[in-house]
Amino acid sequence: MATSFNVNTRTEDGYAVIETDGYLNGPTGERLAETAKDLMNQGYSTLVINLEKTRLVNSIGISILIEIIEFLQEHGGALHFCHLTPVIERTFKMMGLAQHAEIHPDEASATTNL
Amino acid sequence: MAEQVKREVTLNIPIHPNMELVAAHTASILAEIMEFEENHIDEIQLAIIETCINAFEHSNSEDSKVTVTYVLTDDELELKITDHGIGFGMEQAKFLTGEARARAMQKRGWGLEIIREMMDEVDIDSGDDGTTITMLKKRV
Repeated sequence: MATSFNVNTRTEDGYAVIETDGYLNGPTGERLAETAKDLMNQGYSTLVINLEKTRLVNSIGISILIEIIEFLQEHGGALHFCHLTPVIERTFKMMGLAQHAEIHPDEASATTNL
Repeated sequence: MAEQVKREVTLNIPIHPNMELVAAHTASILAEIMEFEENHIDEIQLAIIETCINAFEHSNSEDSKVTVTYVLTDDELELKITDHGIGFGMEQAKFLTGEARARAMQKRGWGLEIIREMMDEVDIDSGDDGTTITMLKKRV
């Protein structure tokens, strides 16, 4: 059980990818939000969050993801998710994220039409 | 019919950041021993995390700890999470339906709904001397 949380970013032509590694909760969600805002400030308004190495996201972490979506929408951007576990995807749908962000099985399908 | 053997594990965790992971990881190990499916282990872990962070945030417990009891039988895992805080009113969680809250992208207050979604049975006993949430997951 790792308590560490890492974020890696990669910029591509017209979008940026954020890869998370570890438990997404309040404090780590805030780190993710800062990373997303930094990328927005660099001109990347379309973001893909790859959760392949994140197995647990609590409701506070999800509330911060909602804030990221709202921030991106206010600035004409969009958020895409990929590599969600079935439980994370179900929780996202429950809390309404899936209505405002796209969910893809993997990064290739998330970035196909960006 | 022979009575099922119950095995019990009890954990006392301090109210401190990330301690919910200790409770979740213990549940994960026990569920693995019981040969729960991976997806169901994730459900159990999320339910226990939400229960613990509810207690951490809202119980105002004087002893600053939460007791987690895991009861294993042949085909069920029962979890009891107890704090000795101020208790909470169930009405707090009922002001909007889950669907209406999702439409409004309500950010907080989802803990109980997530717990109910992830577990097969959930019982809440809350009063002036604390709260016990009892949850059951059946091995399919």
